[in-house]
Amino acid sequence: MYEIVSKKDLTPTIKQFEIRAPEVARKARPGQFVVLRIDEKGERVPLTIQDWSTKRGTVTIVVLEAGKTTKQLNSLKAGGSLLNFIGPLGKPTEIKKYGAVVCVGGGVGTASIYPIARAMKEVGNKVITIIGARTKELLIFEKDLEGFSDELHVTTDDGSKGHHGFVSDVLKKIIGESGRIDRIVAIGPVLMMKVVADLTRPSGIKTIVSLNPIMVDGTGMCGCCRVEVGGETKFACVDGPEFDAHQVNFDILLARNKRYLKEEKLAMERCRIGEE
Amino acid sequence: MAEMRKKKVPMPEQPLAERTKNFREVPLGYTPEMAVEEAKRCLQCKPKPGEKYSSCVIGCPVEVNIPAFILAVREGKFDEAIKIVKDKNALPAVCGRVCPYENQCEGRCTLGVKSEPVGIGRLERFVADLEREKLGFKAPKLPKPTGKKVAVVGSGPAGLTAAAELAKLGHKVTVFEALHAPGGVLVYGIPEFRLPKEIVRLEVEYIKTLGVELRTDVVVGKTITTDELFAEYDAVFVGTGAGLPNFMNIPGENLNGIYSANEFLTRINLMKAYEFPDYDTPITIGKRVATIGAGNVSMDCARSALRLGAEESWIIYRRTEKEAPARKEEIERAKEEGVKFAFLAAPARYIGDEKGWVKQAECIRFELGEPDESGRRKPVPVKGSEFLLDVDTVVVAIGQSPNPLLLKLMPGLKTTKWGTIVADEEGRTAVERVWAGGDIVHGDATVILAMGAGKTAAQSIHKYLGKPYNWPHV
Repeated sequence: MYEIVSKKDLTPTIKQFEIRAPEVARKARPGQFVVLRIDEKGERVPLTIQDWSTKRGTVTIVVLEAGKTTKQLNSLKAGGSLLNFIGPLGKPTEIKKYGAVVCVGGGVGTASIYPIARAMKEVGNKVITIIGARTKELLIFEKDLEGFSDELHVTTDDGSKGHHGFVSDVLKKIIGESGRIDRIVAIGPVLMMKVVADLTRPSGIKTIVSLNPIMVDGTGMCGCCRVEVGGETKFACVDGPEFDAHQVNFDILLARNKRYLKEEKLAMERCRIGEE
Repeated sequence: MAEMRKKKVPMPEQPLAERTKNFREVPLGYTPEMAVEEAKRCLQCKPKPGEKYSSCVIGCPVEVNIPAFILAVREGKFDEAIKIVKDKNALPAVCGRVCPYENQCEGRCTLGVKSEPVGIGRLERFVADLEREKLGFKAPKLPKPTGKKVAVVGSGPAGLTAAAELAKLGHKVTVFEALHAPGGVLVYGIPEFRLPKEIVRLEVEYIKTLGVELRTDVVVGKTITTDELFAEYDAVFVGTGAGLPNFMNIPGENLNGIYSANEFLTRINLMKAYEFPDYDTPITIGKRVATIGAGNVSMDCARSALRLGAEESWIIYRRTEKEAPARKEEIERAKEEGVKFAFLAAPARYIGDEKGWVKQAECIRFELGEPDESGRRKPVPVKGSEFLLDVDTVVVAIGQSPNPLLLKLMPGLKTTKWGTIVADEEGRTAVERVWAGGDIVHGDATVILAMGAGKTAAQSIHKYLGKPYNWPHV
């Protein structure tokens, strides 16, 4: 059992959990994820590691309510526990001194960008961070990211804060105006990452995205998370989750992520009936 | 003397009409009367001159004293029988169900020359089930602790056997398992209707009573490094199995509705997706399911598809039934349950609908040519023989390769071109203090061979820990 040490509401639908898992905390690196299971009947869900503390022996994850399991997870309280918590999985982000790095976070993807932006700054990069959300109440980690970014840009789809529009609009402007961008890391909804990939392809700036296909075991055993990168099939859990954005076939990923839509709906309905 | 039965005492099983509608076990096991009657068929062969064991025992990778335990069954001394079995085999209820006896002990039974061999597997299952259900587990007396610590990586049949053996020799053993449940392929791969998961759980519990520590949720190489293992343990046994699913790398293979056998079976067995939405992990099955390949895993997939409600479940295999790697018994089971077979055919590409779901497999016909390196006649594609098969679910069951995750992290470990670890006959690898066994060494093989390898390695580890020597060049 893995204790929930603390819980924080970041937005009405996004919660932050600090989980006691000292071994995972000791090994965690930016870009890696954990697989967790709430209880005996639960599914194995992959979630990016947002932060960790070797001293406290904890790993922090951020959960957006999107389906039955994430809804159930977000209803858990500090002092409660998870049945399984496995990690850190996947390859860590390549952190090096590249020069100027743009970190792009869309929606809950901002939680994944958080440790990457911090690590990029720590090794001496100039870090430009762009975060976006549907509306200003849904923006997360704005303050923290401001702290370890040389520049922070905020966008909202409805214009309630920062630039009225998408993260890609700001990215386009920055690439146009800035003398030189050496690397881009973009994490968010698949469509956002696809738009970013298309946007940066002509300039040839190395762009990294973190893919979020459906997974089961998360250790390279089942192939559920297969993605097409550079015309080859890769397993996101062990070959990724980060890949060269310009090589990724986003259309296959979009289709594969809809694999269990019907079942997800059914599980949600059942979950609601259970509450009534 | 009454005339000897020519055939095994039949084992009761779930009626055909019922069993394809549920995931419960198909064969139901012997009653004590049936077991005694079957045991009477055994001729109690002595070892041939110059041989250490009777013929059947030579066929058993873990060297169970078969004539002795069968004699005990015949005399109604069931607790004595289980003691004899467990002296050599820590997982008898598992082996009594999934062992390919016809190639092992029963394949060497003297009776088998003229009639059916003794049902050794059925008797092993009987005594194991009786112990679990009625007699209760009795942990054997353990020797004084040696003070040596051994890490076992992977809790499949090889790892569990090695762990049990080492614990019985007085070593402190910790087993590391990446998944949330111990058992490896026994829990994620083999379906409930062949091997109930509760039985695996209880056999694992028994191994824990030997003092073995079991740590699930630990991915060696990720959660803890191999260097940390070397620092803390005197020896390491790697039994990580063949967990990497093979795909054919043909166009359309990433369409929705196409599963690897590993994913399909893991969802069903480990995650209990057949009880969705009571369990959270979903699985969907179409009307027409095609399983590619004809091994034991393929049969498990095709039979599972029927139980999930598929109207038609097909096996597509590029050779003929004669070359199929599955056990005869498994193919027969699949056939009687209604699985259909398309031999001498294989998919060349998959065609999807506008939403990215598979709707057809374009297959090509084969004919058998000259024997290849495996000794089987090589399938040769027939030009212009393409045909379309309507399918909405495909399970690719063409074998598994070793999981490379750990291997990359243990530099110095020698591997073959198939990704298996190079090890000598005792299981010693190219890295000092590291042994390996099971599918990670032999490739995609059987539970009992993995158990045999685990046992051999355990004995080698014991010898080394007792008196370390210069590590051989492997």
